[in-house]
Amino acid sequence: MIHRVEIWPKDESYDVRGLGLVKDIQDLGIENNTTVRVVDVYWIDAELKSGELNMLCQKLLADPLTQNYVCESNSIVQNKDNENCHIIEVAYNAGVSDPVEDTIMKAMMDLGLNNIHAVRTAKRYLIEGRLNEHQLEIISNRLLVNYNIQHVVNTGSAGFLQNPKYKFELKNVDILESSDIDKIKISQSFGFDANEFQSIISYFKREGHNPSDVELETIAQTWSEHCCHKTFSGKINFNGVLIDNLLKNTIIKATREINKPWCLSVFKDNAGVIELDDKWALCFKVETHNHPSAVEPYGGAATGIGGVVRDVLGTGLGARPILNTDVFCFAPPDYPYEKLPPGVLHPRRVFKGVRAGVADYANRLGIPTLNGAVLFDDYYVSNPLVFCGTVGLLPVEVSQIGIQKTGDLVVVVGGRTGRDGIHGVTFASKQLTDESTKVSSSSVQIGNPIMEKKVTEALLRARDMGLYSRITDCGGGGLSSAIGEMAASTGVNIDLDKIPLKYAGLSYSEVWISESQERMLLAVPPEKIDQLLEIFSAEDVEATVVGEFSSDKRLKLFYNNKKVCDLDMYFLHEGRPQVQRQAIWKQDRLPEPDFKEPDCLEDDLLNILGSWDICSKEWVIRQYDHEVQGASVLKPLVGIDNDGPGDAAIVRPLLDSDKGVIVSNGINHKYGEIDPYWMAASAIDEALRQIIAVGGNLTHVALLDNFCWGDVSKPDVLGALVRAAQACHDMSIAYQTPFISGKDSLYNEYESDGKIISIPHTLLISAIAVMKNVKQTVSMDSKNAGDLIYIIGATYNELGGSEYFRSRGFVGNSVPKVIPNKAKKLMDKLSEATGKGLVSACHDCSEGGIGVALAEMSFAGGLGANVKLELIPLGEAIDRNDLVLFSESNSRFIVEISPDKKTELEMIKNGTEMAMIGSFTKTKVLKVLGINGMEVIDMPIHKLKDAWQRPINW
Amino acid sequence: MPGRDQSIGKKQMTRVKVLILRSSGTNCDNETAFAFNEAGANPSLVHIGELIRGKESLSNYQIVVIPGGFTYGDDVSAGKVLANELRLRLYNDLEKFIAEGGLILGICNGFQVLVKAGVLPGPLNNPQSLITLASNDSGRFECRWVHLTVNPESRCVFTRGIEHLYLPSAHAEGKVIVNPGLLSSLDVVLKYTDEKGNKTPGYPYNPNGSTDNIAGICDVTGRIFALMPHPERYIRETQHPQWMRRITDGYGDGFQIFLNAVQWAQRL
Repeated sequence: MIHRVEIWPKDESYDVRGLGLVKDIQDLGIENNTTVRVVDVYWIDAELKSGELNMLCQKLLADPLTQNYVCESNSIVQNKDNENCHIIEVAYNAGVSDPVEDTIMKAMMDLGLNNIHAVRTAKRYLIEGRLNEHQLEIISNRLLVNYNIQHVVNTGSAGFLQNPKYKFELKNVDILESSDIDKIKISQSFGFDANEFQSIISYFKREGHNPSDVELETIAQTWSEHCCHKTFSGKINFNGVLIDNLLKNTIIKATREINKPWCLSVFKDNAGVIELDDKWALCFKVETHNHPSAVEPYGGAATGIGGVVRDVLGTGLGARPILNTDVFCFAPPDYPYEKLPPGVLHPRRVFKGVRAGVADYANRLGIPTLNGAVLFDDYYVSNPLVFCGTVGLLPVEVSQIGIQKTGDLVVVVGGRTGRDGIHGVTFASKQLTDESTKVSSSSVQIGNPIMEKKVTEALLRARDMGLYSRITDCGGGGLSSAIGEMAASTGVNIDLDKIPLKYAGLSYSEVWISESQERMLLAVPPEKIDQLLEIFSAEDVEATVVGEFSSDKRLKLFYNNKKVCDLDMYFLHEGRPQVQRQAIWKQDRLPEPDFKEPDCLEDDLLNILGSWDICSKEWVIRQYDHEVQGASVLKPLVGIDNDGPGDAAIVRPLLDSDKGVIVSNGINHKYGEIDPYWMAASAIDEALRQIIAVGGNLTHVALLDNFCWGDVSKPDVLGALVRAAQACHDMSIAYQTPFISGKDSLYNEYESDGKIISIPHTLLISAIAVMKNVKQTVSMDSKNAGDLIYIIGATYNELGGSEYFRSRGFVGNSVPKVIPNKAKKLMDKLSEATGKGLVSACHDCSEGGIGVALAEMSFAGGLGANVKLELIPLGEAIDRNDLVLFSESNSRFIVEISPDKKTELEMIKNGTEMAMIGSFTKTKVLKVLGINGMEVIDMPIHKLKDAWQRPINW
Repeated sequence: MPGRDQSIGKKQMTRVKVLILRSSGTNCDNETAFAFNEAGANPSLVHIGELIRGKESLSNYQIVVIPGGFTYGDDVSAGKVLANELRLRLYNDLEKFIAEGGLILGICNGFQVLVKAGVLPGPLNNPQSLITLASNDSGRFECRWVHLTVNPESRCVFTRGIEHLYLPSAHAEGKVIVNPGLLSSLDVVLKYTDEKGNKTPGYPYNPNGSTDNIAGICDVTGRIFALMPHPERYIRETQHPQWMRRITDGYGDGFQIFLNAVQWAQRL
């Protein structure tokens, strides 16, 4: 019998969700005096005795002090109290797993209620106010319902939707005898190109039969761009020169050449692994989850975190996640609604949804989110980028990929398999269109972080007892990719019927390719299986034996006692013909900015501080837990009021050791429009600068790359990618900082009515460094009035792609470059100074140049500053104050030292460009004298701080 | 965290035994264990399933801690499901543990659990709900450091000798709501203040809109104590957000709470 319960706050002031929605409605420009009440609805399908439903409400569902409830059996409760009250009830679609169902069923059993069949939840919004149909529709579409996963419930309809039934029937696909037109259709529907499909036909000719659908699906998943990075490993003709495997010729080549002994596992496992000390290792991975986040920001971003955390859990024999870092790229929050392309969610909604998804998932996992960035550009409107990164800690002795033996059991642990994310991988490797949001709903999943947390705890306990021989995560491509890859060296037999399902009705191929979250895969020696199952059961996590590793190097799947797949592992993993692509690159000359130098730079500084990219992201940061695990040493918000922008994050992963781990990111897509080579070089310099600024050094630093690009089948787009990869190679060698892992997300384009919107070329460089002693940490906030301000590094006339030019409507051409040998020497000198304890504060100069860095240091420490631009060391002649103050030249730092450290600092100088430009003052005013001695800035720091804090203060 | 479970704390002949309760979604167990270890106790992480199945017993311990986390995802409301589980499955054990003089500490999610299970303000057999924790006024999860003053009149044994605390808080449902009739009899241990000790500090010093700025309470015995902020996250000086701005050495503000608990339990 189906029961319905409604719960709502006794007092309006407790209804914080309702109050939040009122604010959101005002943000939409609907100025009516509305009030919103949010009612939680539970549909419970259970056999309950008289009084039990009331007991359930009193003891579990409603808080006796703050909430009211009504409950009925088989009927809708009406609590509409007047005709100006509009009711919208929103429930999850069939097939979307309700995240709360398992908990409520468990809690009902605690209450002694055992006859429960299912639980679904819904939200009922009571909106009061004079609103017309159109306004209601806007509120409903923009704030309340995401039709990809939810629907509006009509009065009278029950909360339970039936899943389709499934009857087994083996499906073969005729590719050997079918017509050419049919072949093309089949090939396209699985996403194969012509060469790939030809190899597949030849393979099945040799095998002597047509493939089953699941065999083709398996090949499609394994050969997708997402799983095997075919562009990076393809043959590229770049401006007439052949590059056979771009990755091996640039990024991996540099790592091999540098050959650092502390690199333990690079470019082979789910994450790169480096040494922390003799006993412990660190692994680091940054993933993107762009397409799902565009369609359903909350779920997409949450599963992005879930996925990268599982990468870390599946590295070596498993690592404990200790830190998250997240970088987002969106269109600006004030993007006009009328300009939104069809089918695209507004960037403000995407931003809020992504932030909430990341925070809810990472906070629940108990992983501190300590570092990140949010960047904005109109061209991210239809393809927002969501980078999620995780650092893991694992013992050195389990830092290598495990090896399974023939006879080891295949064990799936964690969440059950449902229809979630079917075809996620092939979806992620394709262009988005305005139809995407309609057709791709099953690509979006709802995460269950508590399941992932339980899996983590169970896995690490089993790891420490040595109960499994190998581990990997189920990510893109689901079991098909995970098992296919894990069993490549042995072969495997899998019983698909044994895989635990969320609900009936999945076909055997859906089971195989489903991307349901929170699942991991283990190889377990048969003699250890009982102990392993016991550990998982104690942690309340399902673990199921689904097959056995064989020795015939074949991938065999069985369902209903029939063989449904039998593929040669060698063909599956090595049979894909290498992609061949054309790439060209030539530098375009953009219009050179032409405007007069302003006499006063105060307005410009305020504008730049308040720009979307530079302004404070405190609103985001505060909603992440950056203290959990108790390991943070340098937090994202620093300074006298805990609100200044810290450069890099530092944690002390072993609470009983002084060793630190520094994590930073470098990204600036604006330089890529001018030259992707210097964009990449600048991103590397920026990530390293932050490590140096917080007191680290270059001796033990590893890098990750993350390329988000447009359609690389276009030669100029691919040419830009090649150029960026070449810079990665050159800079990695120059700084002696190896890449240990990376990721690419290509085809970030959107098509509607023949118009194509492509994202800017975007490269995220993430860096991880080991610090000998966390006591050497330096923060960016100014410390003492009277301390001296030094600039380290030369300023060039490099404002191409700068925030200053952008604020004037230009891009320009003079992109910031890197002089690597000089930059490395300078960073080493600064590390020497921080190591000796000479530096009280240090901040790197990035977007907004010296002007922004100096303002941030001042207000973060609550001090004023007096500086002279004429004292700034220049790399070339610059005769304008604005260009000196806002140039974005790389490899520059602002350093605060106490006057008594002056001589010692200058002794270290030794040919490095370094000069004292002024001092911090008690006055709380920032004064900047121009080259000619005239005052260009004279402004109280509270005004600067206010301009910086105001934009994202929601 | 691996490596922390080995004994790194002070050596003692009979170390106080601390049970740190784990369940689905607990996530501050390791740093809480570290804090007790530093304070000279012998902490064990115990899953609630082990207690329910009788593999472990509260009676083996002098201190029980419900650490921070999102037990059962905070589904329905924060701490509610674990609270019911404790009350319905372990009522007798809990009653006996309290009667025999054991100490109970609830941190963050543990506060929510103890209140919703009726352990606080107690007594356990009082059927009425007089206090609860609801969503922050901001409607958001927020992570920020807070200033706290300790009520010198409180019976709380955990906070003896402490006047002020500066600790990180991180939660979405920390607003204490008290049945007005109870307010005068409630033993309020900790209140939010500003950095100057001002008793009506407003947001964000009071990060959640808590009634009367309540941040922590205890029962009539003073042996059951719960608070929203996280003392286990400020044990070491380098955990302070501004440690680079200060001359630093020694333990953080949160440490004394653990030390007090261990010293009290040693007398049991």
